[in-house]
Amino acid sequence: MSDPRASVAPRRHLLSVADLVRDDVERMLDTASSLAASLDREMKKLPTLRGRTVVNLFYESSTRTLASFELAAKRLSADTMSIRSTGSSVDKGESLKDTALTLAAYDPDVIVVRHPSIGAPQLVARLTDAHVVNAGDGKHQHPTQALLDLYTIREAIGRLDGVRVAIVGDVLHSRVARSLVQALALVGAETVLVGPPTLVPRGMEGLGCEVSHDISATGDADVVYVLRMQRERMGEAFVPSLREYTALYGITPARVRPGQVVMHPGPMNRGVEIDPRVADSAQALVTDQVRAGLVVRMAVLYDVLTVGPVEARERAAIA
Amino acid sequence: MTLVARNGRSDSLTLEGRVVAPAQGIDESLRITVEEGVIARIEPAEVARTVVAPAFVDPHVHLRTPGREDEETIRSGTEAAAAGGYCAILGMPNTDPVVDSASVLGALVERARDEAVVPTGFMAAISKGQAGEELTEMAELAAAGAAAFTDDGRPVVSAGLMRRALQYSGLTDLRLALHCEEPSLSRGGHAHDGVVAAELGIGPYPSTAESVMVERDLSLAAAEGRRIHLMHLSARESVAALDAALARGAHATGEVTPHHLVLTDDAVRSLDPNTKMNPPLRSADDREALRDALRRGAVSCVATDHAPHARHEKEVPFEEAPFGVTGLETAFAALHTHLVVPGVVSLETLLERMSAGPARAFGFEEPRIEVGARANLVALDLDAEWTVTEDGFRSLSANSWLLGETLRGRVVKTIADGRLVFGE
Repeated sequence: MSDPRASVAPRRHLLSVADLVRDDVERMLDTASSLAASLDREMKKLPTLRGRTVVNLFYESSTRTLASFELAAKRLSADTMSIRSTGSSVDKGESLKDTALTLAAYDPDVIVVRHPSIGAPQLVARLTDAHVVNAGDGKHQHPTQALLDLYTIREAIGRLDGVRVAIVGDVLHSRVARSLVQALALVGAETVLVGPPTLVPRGMEGLGCEVSHDISATGDADVVYVLRMQRERMGEAFVPSLREYTALYGITPARVRPGQVVMHPGPMNRGVEIDPRVADSAQALVTDQVRAGLVVRMAVLYDVLTVGPVEARERAAIA
Repeated sequence: MTLVARNGRSDSLTLEGRVVAPAQGIDESLRITVEEGVIARIEPAEVARTVVAPAFVDPHVHLRTPGREDEETIRSGTEAAAAGGYCAILGMPNTDPVVDSASVLGALVERARDEAVVPTGFMAAISKGQAGEELTEMAELAAAGAAAFTDDGRPVVSAGLMRRALQYSGLTDLRLALHCEEPSLSRGGHAHDGVVAAELGIGPYPSTAESVMVERDLSLAAAEGRRIHLMHLSARESVAALDAALARGAHATGEVTPHHLVLTDDAVRSLDPNTKMNPPLRSADDREALRDALRRGAVSCVATDHAPHARHEKEVPFEEAPFGVTGLETAFAALHTHLVVPGVVSLETLLERMSAGPARAFGFEEPRIEVGARANLVALDLDAEWTVTEDGFRSLSANSWLLGETLRGRVVKTIADGRLVFGE
C-alpha cells in the first residue's frame, strides 16, 4: 500500500534536485555554458527576460546567493527587487503566507526564496502563480548551488560521468551536501561522504553515496568538496572541539594530492575545515564556483520561464 | 472517575444488522430494540448491510478547552466524537490553564454538563502546570472526578518525580497515562530519525527518544506495583519493551493512533504539516510492529490523539508547524480502509480495540450489547465510500492527514448512553 500523501507534484519550479531528471540538469548546464560564452564575447547584458519580474525573498543572510540572483536577473534584463526579512513586514510578524500573497499581488514571474525552514519554497509555490526557485530552505535543499558545483566540476575536469567526489564535514546540517549528493548521482558521478559519525546521518546512503569516517577516503577522489563547519555546532556537542575536528578532518596541503581539485561553497572558516594554503592554492576552485553561480542562476531563471524542468519531462513522457 | 454529558431524554429506537461484539463473542444478524436508552430486546433478524457494534471509546482527545476555543470546544469536539461512532472520550489536560486543580476541573465538568453530546471524562495533570516539578493534588482531583492523570504533550522528565507520582497516585484508583519522550533525544526533532529525515535534512526525532522513557516508566511502575498506560506508541523498540514487561506480569496497557498504523515517515516527503505529529510517523518496520501488537492485543487500544490546530498555524513551513492532527471523525473509516479491507487486521479485532480495549484500560464499564444494558451502539456501513474534505468536519479544525482521500466504511448512527447522538 502506498502512503496517500507521499508526493506533491511540482510544476515550473526549481524546488529540489529530487524533482529533476538527468536531462533537466544537462539542459541547464548547457544553457549556462552558452550564456557564459555570449557574455564573454559580446556584452554584459542580454535582452532575454526583458519585461519579466524576478523577486528575491530572503529570510536568511546571504552574500553570494542573493548577489548572484540579483545580478543574474539584471544580466537577462529582467526587473528585479530583493526583500529581506529584516527591515520588512516580516519584522512586524507577518507570516510567510501573507508576505507571499502580498508579493504575488505584483504579479512577479519568478520568486526566489531562501528560508531557514524546509518546505518554505514549496509553500510559496502552492500559494502563488509565480515560478518559484529555491535558494536554500533549512537543511533541505539548495539546488542552484548543486547545479553551479556541477558546472564548475565539468569546466575543471571536462566531464561529470564517473567523476569521484569526496564531500567532507558537517553533512547533517548541510543543504549543500544533500542537493549535491542527489545531483551527482543524477549525472553518474560517485560520491563519498566523509565526517564524524555525529555529523553524517545514518540513511544518507539512500541517496546513492558511500559514507566514511576516515579522512583517507578522500585519497582516490577527483574532487574534495569541503563543507563549512559551523562553530555553533560545538555547543551542541556534535564535536568536542574545533581543534579535534581540524586535526581529524581539516583539509591541509598534506591531505590534497596532485591532480585533485578542492571546492567550498563558502563562506570559509580558514584554519578550521580548510587550511588557508589550500584555499589559496591553484587547486582550489572557490572563485570559479562564485563565477559559475552567476551563469547557472541565469540559466535557471531562463529555464523555469521557458522550458521548465517538469514541462520538459512531461514532453519526454509523451514522445 | 466521572463521565459527563449534557442532560437530555433517552431515546427509543430499533437497530438491525450484523451485530458484531467481539468481546462478547457475538456475530449474527439481530434486531436490537432500545427503549428509553436501555437495550430492551435482542431478537434474530434478516441479513442486512449494516454492521452494529458496541460504540467506540477514545482515551486520547484534545478538546482545547479552556484556552483555545477557536480550535475546539467541548460541544464541537463531542459532536465530532459522535460522528466518529464514539460513546465516550477522555479529554487531555494540556489546556490553558492546565487542568491541574479541582477548580479548573470542576469548571470543565460543569461546562460538559451543558455542552457534551457524548459522555466525556477529563484527565488531570500529573504535575502542576505540567511543569514536571511538583505533583498535583491528586486525591482532590480524583474526588472532583478526574479520569486519570497525564502530563500529555510533555513527558515527566524527572525519574524521581515519576516515581513519586506512581507512589502518590496509589491514593486514588486512577491510572497514570504517560507521554514517553526523552527531551534531550527529541530536541529539535521534527521527523523520525531515518532515511527520510536524513535525506530531507529535517531535525531527527529518534525512536529511542520514546523507547528509553517507555523502558524507564515500565521499570518504575513495576517497582512500585502500579498500573500505567502508555500513550501513542510509535516505535518497534517501545512495543518490545511493553511485551517484555507484560511477560513479566506487569500491569500496563498501550495505545496506538490511526496515523501511526497507516502512514510511515515516507508521507513526510510531501512536507505537508498534516503529516507532522508527536511522536513522529516512523518506518514501515515500526508500523508493522504496531500492527502486530494491535492484532495480538499487547497494544489494546486505538486512540486518535485528536489534536485540532487552527488553519493559520498549520499553513507554515513544516518545521514551524505544531505537532498533531485531528482524528475523531475519520478513525474508523481510515483503519477500515487501510487495515481491514486489505486483510491486515480483522474487523472484529479493530472493533474490540476501539471499544472494549480502551474501556478496560481505563477501568470503566465496557459498552456491551445485552438486555438491560444502557445502549452504547454504533451502526456502520462498511461499503459506503466517502471523501474527506475540509468542510465536512464537525470539529472546528480540519488538520487531517486524510484530506482529499476517499475512504471505505462510514459511521451512520451513534447511540451514546442511551441517546441517539449521530445519524437518524
